[in-house]
Amino acid sequence: MILHERSARELLRDLEAGALSAVDATTAFLEAIRHRDPKVKSFLHVDEAGALALAAAVDARRRRGEPLGPLAGVPVAVKDVLCTRGLRTTCGSKILARFVPPYDAHVIERLRAADAVIIGKTNMDEFAMGSSNENSAFGPTLNPWDLERVPGGSSGGSAAAVAASLAPRALGSDTGGSIGRPASLCGIVGLKPTYGRVSRYGLVAFASSLDQVGIFSHDVGDAALLLETIAGHDARDTTSVDQPVPRYAANVDQPVQPLTIGVAREFFGAGLDPEVEKAVRAALDVYRQQGATIKEISLPNSVHAIAVYYIVATAEASSNLARYDGVHYGHRADRFDSLIHMYSRSRGQGFGPEVKRRVLLGTFVLSSGYHDAYYVKALKVRRLIKNDFDAAFAQCDVIMGPTTPTAAFRLGEKSADPLQMYLSDIYTISCNLVGLAGISVPCGFTQAGLPIGLQILGAPFSEEKLLRVARMHEAATDWHQRRPRL
Amino acid sequence: MNPALPAGVQIVVGLEVHVQLLTQTKLFCGCPTKFGLPPNSATCPVCTGMPGVLPVMNRRAFDLALRAALALGAEVASFTKWDRKNYYSPDLPKNYQISQYDLPFSSVGGLEITTAAGTKFIRLIRVHLEEDAGKMLHDEGGQRRDSLVDLNRAGTPLLEIVSQPDMASPEEAKAYLEELRLLLRELRISDCEMQEGSLRVDANVNVRIPLAGRMVPTPIVEIKNLNSFRAVERAIVYEARRQHEEYQRTGVDMQAGAKTTAGWDDARGVTVIQRRKEEASDYRYFPEPDLVPVVVDAAWLERIRQELGETPAQRRARLRSEYGLPAYDAQVITAQGHAFADYFEAAARASGDAKATANWCTNEVLQLLNDRKITIAECPVPPAAIAELVAQVKQFSINKPKAREVFAQMLATGKPPTALVQELGLNQAMDTELLRGLVQKAIAGNPKAVADVKAGKTKAMDALVGPIMRETKGKAPTEEIRRLMQEELSKS
Repeated sequence: MILHERSARELLRDLEAGALSAVDATTAFLEAIRHRDPKVKSFLHVDEAGALALAAAVDARRRRGEPLGPLAGVPVAVKDVLCTRGLRTTCGSKILARFVPPYDAHVIERLRAADAVIIGKTNMDEFAMGSSNENSAFGPTLNPWDLERVPGGSSGGSAAAVAASLAPRALGSDTGGSIGRPASLCGIVGLKPTYGRVSRYGLVAFASSLDQVGIFSHDVGDAALLLETIAGHDARDTTSVDQPVPRYAANVDQPVQPLTIGVAREFFGAGLDPEVEKAVRAALDVYRQQGATIKEISLPNSVHAIAVYYIVATAEASSNLARYDGVHYGHRADRFDSLIHMYSRSRGQGFGPEVKRRVLLGTFVLSSGYHDAYYVKALKVRRLIKNDFDAAFAQCDVIMGPTTPTAAFRLGEKSADPLQMYLSDIYTISCNLVGLAGISVPCGFTQAGLPIGLQILGAPFSEEKLLRVARMHEAATDWHQRRPRL
Repeated sequence: MNPALPAGVQIVVGLEVHVQLLTQTKLFCGCPTKFGLPPNSATCPVCTGMPGVLPVMNRRAFDLALRAALALGAEVASFTKWDRKNYYSPDLPKNYQISQYDLPFSSVGGLEITTAAGTKFIRLIRVHLEEDAGKMLHDEGGQRRDSLVDLNRAGTPLLEIVSQPDMASPEEAKAYLEELRLLLRELRISDCEMQEGSLRVDANVNVRIPLAGRMVPTPIVEIKNLNSFRAVERAIVYEARRQHEEYQRTGVDMQAGAKTTAGWDDARGVTVIQRRKEEASDYRYFPEPDLVPVVVDAAWLERIRQELGETPAQRRARLRSEYGLPAYDAQVITAQGHAFADYFEAAARASGDAKATANWCTNEVLQLLNDRKITIAECPVPPAAIAELVAQVKQFSINKPKAREVFAQMLATGKPPTALVQELGLNQAMDTELLRGLVQKAIAGNPKAVADVKAGKTKAMDALVGPIMRETKGKAPTEEIRRLMQEELSKS
C-alpha cells in the first residue's frame, strides 16, 4: 500500500523504527490533500505550516532520544466543530467564518500531548445539523467512492478525508448519528463513544445532552488507539464521567466469547434497502461462523426515536445557538437600526436554512403552552427508549443492524424534503438518545460499488467489548482494506 | 405627591432580593468576582460565552447558598438541578441565564422582624442560585451611538431570595431588608453593598381597598431600580398612594397573573411604568444539559450546619438570656454587627454589670463610632476600659454627667478610667450620713418645696436637690440623694 493509504498504526511502526520521518509522512498527506481534495472537498482549512512544524519537532525529539507521545508524528484531521487555539473554527457556518478560538478543545489538548500532527479542519454540516454534509455554508463534501453522491453527515468531511486517504484518522462529533452515518457511507470505521466517555469541552454544542466526540479510521485498531488518547475525565466538563480508561488497543484482537448478538426487528423494517440488508445479514453470518449466538430482540419504542430526537435536539440547539448574535464575536450585520434588528439581521445572514429551521422548531417546542406537549413528553419517551435498550442489553452483549437504511444517495436527492432526510437517521439516533456506545464498520458494497456499514451498539461504557466484537468481523473480512480510486 | 392613604386601605409588599455571594471566583468559571476591576479584565471563554465552553459549578457558592438557606430556616432539597432561562440581552453573552427554576434548593423559611408595630414573621417563597449578567454602558462617548458591555460581573453568583407578600408597610419592608442584610453580612454570605450592586431589591406592591364589606386588591406593580432602603420605603409609599388614586379613577382591580413593571425615579420621587404583562417574556426554561444535578447529602448539610455560626436572631436571644438585657438593647447591639456585639460581651463580662455596659456601648461608644466614622475594630477605647469605667462609676456612685466627663477624658488623654477618677477627685465615696445631713438641711430650708412635693408636684423635688448638687460641686450621686430625700420626707 502506498504511504498515505496505510493505517495510523502502520505509520507509527515505521516512524518508531526510523524507517519514516514525521515530516515525510506529513508531507505525503499534504501532497495527497493538494492533489485529491479539490475533488472531495473534505477540508475547510489545511494547516500546512503548523503541521510541518509539529512533524519537524517530533523528528527532532526522536533524534535526540526524547520520550514521545503515543501518536507521535502521525497526522490527524479534525472536524471544524472542535476548537483549535489560533486555528479558525467555523462549524461550517458563515456566522463563525472568521472565528479563531483562544483555546483548544479537551480532545485537541490530548492530541497535542500525544504528539499527533493536526493537519487541518474538515468540512461539516453547519453546526453539525445534517445527514448529508450538504448543509455546509462552504459547499458540500463529496463521497470519495462516487463524487456525485453525499459522504453522509454531519462529520462528512472527516469521513471523506479518511476514506480518500487524505488523513489516516480523524475526529468528528456525533449528535444523532453524525459519526456512524458518514463512516458507513464512506466505507470506513466510525466510533461513537458513550456519552460522558470523552470530554465535550471545546466541542461547539449542537445538543448538549446528545453531543459526543467520535473517531474515524481505516480499521478498528486505529480507533481503539485514538479512543485511548482522547477518553477520560475532564474537570471542565461535569458530564464527563470519571471512569478508568481501559487499554483498548492492547486488547482489541481478543475475540469476545461467548458472544450473544441482539438483532432488533425494528432495524429491519420498511425503508431498508435490500442490498444493505443482504450485506448486514452476511456480516451476522461471519459472527455465527465464529460461534456467536444471534438473538432476535425488540425495541418497541425505538420507532419514536426520530420524533423524540428532533424535539430534544432542536430544543437544546435553539438555546445553544442563541449566543451567535453578533454582539461579542462572529458575524455582525453591516447595517441595522436597533438592537433587535442587529440580532435578526446578523443571525438571518449568518445561519443557513437548516439551522434556522431547527432553531425555530426548538424555540417552538420550548414555548409556553407547548412545552409540556412536546418537550416534556419527548423526555418521557426518551426514558422509555432507554428502558428498551436496558432490557435488551440484559440479554445480549451487543445489538447489530444496518447503520443507514441505504447506501450513499445523490447530492440534492433529499435536500428538498427535510423529513426524508431526517428518516435516514433512523438507526443511529437511539445511540445518542440513550447514551450508548456505537461503532460502524464496513461490511460490503452495493452493485454500484457504494460502501455499506454494519452498526454495532453496546451498553454505556462497553467500548472495550464493542471494539473487540468489531475487530472479530474485521479480522475475518477485507472490506476495510478497500480504497476508492479517485 | 398623591394624597395620603385613607384609613382601612392595606398596603401589601413582597420583596425580591438578589445578593452577590462572597466567593473569590464566579459561579461557573475561575474568574475573580472582585469589584472595580478594569472593564472585561475578569473574563474568560466560559463567562464570555465562547463556542464550545462548559460551565463548572463553584462548590463554594453552593455552600454559601446552603448556609443562607439554613440560616433562613428554609427546607433544603436533597436534589436540585440547573435550568436555562432564555432571553436575549447584550450583557448576557450566552443569551440564557443558568438559574434554578422548578426545583430551587430551598423553600419555605422566613425571617422575624421588629418594628414599632411589633414583631412579625415574614415568610419566604423560595431561595435559589443563579448567575449574574454583565453591565451595559450606554453613550459613554456622548455621541449617542456607542453602547459598551462590561462582562466582569457576568457569571458572578447571585442568590435570589423571594418573600411572600407579608409586609404591610414601608417600615416593615425596611425592617425586613435590614434584618436580611444583617443576617447575610453576619454569616459572611454577602457583603450586601447596594452601591456596588451586591444587594439589589425589587418590590412587588399593591393595596387592598375596603369596599362593600370586602377588600379589593389593585393590580400588582413590580418596582425596579431601587438604589437604597430609603428608596424602597419612598417607592412603596408613592406607589400605594398612586394605586389607590388610580383605582378611585378607573375601578380596575387585580387580574390573575397580571403584573406591571415600573422603575423608581429617585430624583423625581415617582414610579415610571415600563412594561405591561402582555409584553412579558417567555423564558422557555428547560434543564441545563451541561451541568449535572446537585445532590445534597446529610454529611454535606451537616458540614454547612457546623460552620453556620450564630444568626443575629440567635445572638439577640442569647444577649437577653445570658446577660439579662432588655429586648431593645439586644436589638441595638446585634444590629451593629458581630464585632460590636463581641465588644459588648467582652466589656460586660469584665464589668459584671451587663445593663450598665450596654448603656455605655449603645450610647457613648456608638456615638463615638458615628462621629469619627470608624468601625468598632478601630475604637480607641478597649472593652476592658469600658468595663473599668462601669466598675468605677458603680463603686463611687459617680453620676452620669461626671461619668461622661471621665469618658471624654479617656478619649482625650488615653488614660485609664481609674486614674482619671482619681484626678477628677471622684473617688471619694460620698458619706451617706453627710449626704443625709445635706438632705435634712435642704428640707428644713425650703418648706414650700416640701409641701409641693407632698402635694404630688414631683417637679418641686428639683428645688430641693439643686442646692445639694451645688454644695457638692456636682459630685453627689443624684439617685442616692433622691432615695434619701424620699426617706426623710416620709419621716416628716
